[in-house]
Amino acid sequence: MTIKEIQDSIVEDFSMFDDWMDRYAMLIEMGKECPIIDEQYRNDQYLINGCQSRVWLHAELRDGKVYFTADSDAVITKGIINLLIKVFSGQTPEDILSADLSFLDEIGLKEHLSPTRSNGLVSMVKQMMLYAEAFKSIS
Amino acid sequence: MMDVNEIRRQFPVLDQQVYGKPLVYLDNAATTQKPLCVIERERDYYLHENCNIHRGVHYLSQMATEAYENARRTVARFVNAKEAHEIVFTRGTTESLNLLATSLGRLLASGMSLRGAELSGATWQSTRRPKVLVTAMEHHSNLVPWQQMVQLYGGELLVAPMDDNGVLDLQAYENLLKQSPQIVAMAHVSNTLATINPVKEMIRLAHQYGAITVVDGAQSMAHLSIDVQDLDCDFFVFSGHKMYAPMGIGGLYGKTAWLEKMPPYQFGGEMVETVSFEKTTFNKLPFKFEAGTPNVGAALGLETAIKFIESFDRKAVAEHEEALVAATIAGLSKIEGMRFIGQAPERSGLVSFIIDGIHPYDLGTIIDKMGVAVRTGHHCAEPVMTRFGIPGTVRASFAVYNTLEEVDILVHAVNKAANMLR
Repeated sequence: MTIKEIQDSIVEDFSMFDDWMDRYAMLIEMGKECPIIDEQYRNDQYLINGCQSRVWLHAELRDGKVYFTADSDAVITKGIINLLIKVFSGQTPEDILSADLSFLDEIGLKEHLSPTRSNGLVSMVKQMMLYAEAFKSIS
Repeated sequence: MMDVNEIRRQFPVLDQQVYGKPLVYLDNAATTQKPLCVIERERDYYLHENCNIHRGVHYLSQMATEAYENARRTVARFVNAKEAHEIVFTRGTTESLNLLATSLGRLLASGMSLRGAELSGATWQSTRRPKVLVTAMEHHSNLVPWQQMVQLYGGELLVAPMDDNGVLDLQAYENLLKQSPQIVAMAHVSNTLATINPVKEMIRLAHQYGAITVVDGAQSMAHLSIDVQDLDCDFFVFSGHKMYAPMGIGGLYGKTAWLEKMPPYQFGGEMVETVSFEKTTFNKLPFKFEAGTPNVGAALGLETAIKFIESFDRKAVAEHEEALVAATIAGLSKIEGMRFIGQAPERSGLVSFIIDGIHPYDLGTIIDKMGVAVRTGHHCAEPVMTRFGIPGTVRASFAVYNTLEEVDILVHAVNKAANMLR
């Protein structure tokens, strides 16, 4: 699936719920399914700054595509990063860099997060873009 | 018996819905809500009385000056200070503590001998290297100013440990006093653990070893009766906004003898006596420590907040808050994996907890969606979290207007969130 298709399906999933409790329940489920970072990368070097809970992110390039793994000590945070992983993992660096991020506004996630969590979300996206940028230059 | 519903009517902010649920405000240790009388007092000041105070020859200025000085007298009476000039208005606890750390640091670095029987028996050693003793449960505001001060002058910070229940180790505290700190700074009530420290005994011991004492009353002013003469503390600091008063006002009580000796903290208007390009002499107490235009409106709000607190039977309020804490502990302890952080026998109006395998931040996020406002995180007391080996806690803190029904909603919300997050 393309990034756009995945984003559309996430927007659809989120719009099924009226209640933010249900959306959080979905994020929590996503957190539990997050592709977990290899233990060797679970250190300060892979820590994303700007999150109130700790979150680690790693990426590797296989056959020209970027694959992300992550972890966090808070499950909702893990759900948010996994939501981003679902969108960006398995895509080319170029596609990631040119992706439209307006789906985050469409699902209303940003406005429903506390400002600190929202900053964390921005930091996560930025870190993923940095990985894509780095892989683009070597591929 | 207190009529909590009647009290709640005085707090319009409580009567609202968040995410379609009635607001349950349990973040009172961060800041309390303000009763109508306080809001109206500050509003009235700006409607009818606003004027810059002191030195004004005209009517409004004199009235405002008198009102401001009356507010000071009310604070002095509330904490039972000997003199009104022993109360310095500040922005709050943090500014009061910065004032103290800076001013006492300068005094100490000047090498001035402060031995003297008149100074509450404290015989500050004539040394230029400051040593400050704090407890392991301090809020950053009663830790970082002292830490930075001792670092600036090449001194040392001593930390009195506590046990797993969050009770200060008095024996260890006394042993540290033997290392001759000049200043001992202590939380009256811990903002994370709820512990009420035995400050009177701690002050007595500190004086016995020649140290002066600073009590951080940020979490005690709204809940306990404060008598600075009975405590015999040299300084006591507090914030207005944690005791139903507006933000931006708080205070510092200091014994006259100390305040006289201390150099000013900030310089500028109001705090001077005479100024020439060569030299400035400073105003008398308490104005020496109040540089610039003060927050007069908030000071009047603080005075009204004090009268609001005094309008209740304080014993009944304390019992009410104890009942809320007891019901919270009883309700939450049924939840699997519940761990209370801070289980001192002497405790004040808050409950801090974590649940095994659940990040406090996640829990706070979910119960927020159910309308329950609590605080999550390290509560500006990171060393306390490190001591207990946890990333933070969830903290529910109470005020006079909270109800047992709200405790039920909290317990229900935490239960539901825990089931979702596990």
